[in-house]
Amino acid sequence: MISVYYQVFGIGLQDTFVYRWNFLLRSLFSVIPLLGTIFVWRAVCEQGAGLSEYNLSAMVFYFVGVMVVDNLASPTEDEWRIAAEIREGHISALLIKPINHLLYRFSLFAAYRFLYSLVTLPVVAGILWLMRGYLHLPQHILTWPLFALAVTGSALIQFFIAYALAMLAFWILEVSTLIFILYSFEYFLSGHVFPLDLLSPALQSALQWTPFPYELFFPVQILLERLDAAAIQRGFVMQFVWVCIMGCTARFLWTRGVRKYQAVGG
Amino acid sequence: MLRYLKIYALLLRNSLIREMSFKANFLLWTVVEVLWFLGQVLFIDVLFSHIETLGDWTKWQVVALVGTHQVISQIFQAFFYVNLTQIPELVRTGKLDVYLTLPVDSQFAVSSKQFGVDNLVNTLIGLAITGFALSKLGVSPSLGGLLLYGFCVFLGVTVHYSVMCSLSTLCFWIIRAQGLVYGYFNLFNIGRYPDSVFKGAFRWVFTWVIPVILVANVPARVLTGVGAHPFEGAAQLAVTSALMFGLTRWFWQRGLARYSSASS
Repeated sequence: MISVYYQVFGIGLQDTFVYRWNFLLRSLFSVIPLLGTIFVWRAVCEQGAGLSEYNLSAMVFYFVGVMVVDNLASPTEDEWRIAAEIREGHISALLIKPINHLLYRFSLFAAYRFLYSLVTLPVVAGILWLMRGYLHLPQHILTWPLFALAVTGSALIQFFIAYALAMLAFWILEVSTLIFILYSFEYFLSGHVFPLDLLSPALQSALQWTPFPYELFFPVQILLERLDAAAIQRGFVMQFVWVCIMGCTARFLWTRGVRKYQAVGG
Repeated sequence: MLRYLKIYALLLRNSLIREMSFKANFLLWTVVEVLWFLGQVLFIDVLFSHIETLGDWTKWQVVALVGTHQVISQIFQAFFYVNLTQIPELVRTGKLDVYLTLPVDSQFAVSSKQFGVDNLVNTLIGLAITGFALSKLGVSPSLGGLLLYGFCVFLGVTVHYSVMCSLSTLCFWIIRAQGLVYGYFNLFNIGRYPDSVFKGAFRWVFTWVIPVILVANVPARVLTGVGAHPFEGAAQLAVTSALMFGLTRWFWQRGLARYSSASS
C-alpha cells in the first residue's frame, strides 16, 4: 500500500521537474526582499539602544532560518490545485481509484517541497555563504533532530490547513479570497515579517494558542537555540495538538465534501 | 490623443460592469487588503517600539510611506499589472495578432485591455492611511504640495509600468519570461521601506538602474517633508521615469519587429 504513494511521489517529482527554472528564478528573486529586510533591521540595530532581544547577527540568522523553513515546509500552490481539481470536476477520476486522497495529495506536496528545496539549494548555499559572518552552527548536537522534527510538524500543519481550505471548494466556487485572508494572518503571525518575541507579552501569549507560531517561528527558534528545554517541550506539545486538529479538520471536510459532490457534465 | 482617451473610457466602463457582477468577492478582496495593511502597521509598530527614528524617518512618516506605496502599487495593478503579465502568453500562443490588427497603437492595446476596480478601492484605503498618518504628524500640505505629490505618484506608476513592460517584452526573445515578470513583485515590495536604510551597491542599483526605491519614497518625502529638498527628488524621479518610459517604448518596438506569430 505504501508503494502506491511512493509511486505518486515519483510522479510528483517528474511533474514538478518541468518547473525547475521557475523555481530557480523564484528563489533568486526572493533574495532581494531578504536583503531588504536585513537592511531594515541593520538600520534598527544601529540605532544604539535598539533591540535587547536580538543583535544584528541573530536577526540575520533568524531571517535566513525563515527562508530555509519556508523552502522546506510551506505549500506553494497545493491549495489552488486541489481547489481547481474539485471545481473543474477532475476529482471524479481520483474518487474511483482505491487511494486515500489526503495521502495522495500529501505525497505530491512532499515531492514538490523536496524538488523545490533541491533545485534552490545553490541559491540557499549562496546566501549562507554571503551571510556566513552572521551565522553559526548550532552548539548542541540535539538541535538538528529537534529542528527536523519541528520542520516536519510545521509542514504537516501547513499542508493540512491548505488542504482544509481547498476542501471548501466543495461548497463555494471561489475560494481564493479565503485563501488570501488566511494567508495574510499566516504571513504576519507566523513570524515571516518579524520575530514574534518582539511583540508585546500579552500578544505573544495569545498567539501561543494559535497554530501560526508553530508554522515558522517555533522551528526557527529551535535552530537558533533560543528556547530552553521547557519551552521546547511546550512547543512540541502545542505543535502536535495543532497537527492533530488540522489533520482531523482536513479529513472531516473531505468526507463531508465528497458526500455533497456532484460531478457536473463529463 | 483624445481618441485614445475615449477608447480608454469605454474599456474602463466595460471592466466596471464585469466586476460589479461579483459583488461579494469584491468586498472580500477589500477585507484581504485591510488585513494586509493592519499587518504592516503592526510591523511598523513593532519596529518603532524599539527605536525613535529609522534613518531620517519617524514612525508616522513611515506609515505615510507604506500608504503611498500602497496607492502607487494599487493604481499600477488596477490599470496595468494583469495586462502586462499576459503579454508573454499572448506572444507564445500567437494571440498577439488580434492586438496588432487593431487600429490603435499596439503597446497601448496590450496594456489597457483589463482594469481592476477592486484595486481602485484599495487605492482609496491607501490614501486614507496616508491621510491618517498626516494628521498624526500634524502636517497639512499646501495645494502645491498635494499637486506635486500627485505628480510624483503618477511618475511612480510610470516607473513600475516601464520596468514590468520591459520584462514582459523580453518574451519576444525568451519564451519563458513569465517567471521574470512575477519576480518583479518581489522587487516591488522593497519600495515600501525608507530609502535611508539601504546602503552600498544595493541602493545604487535600485535607485539608478531599477529605481524601485525612488517610486514611493520620493512622493512620501514630498508629502511629509522628510529631508529638505522635495524638488530634487521629484526632478530625479521625473527624469528617470521619462528615460525608462522611452526605453520601454523602444524596446517594445524592437521586440515587435522580431515577432513572427505562432504557426497556425
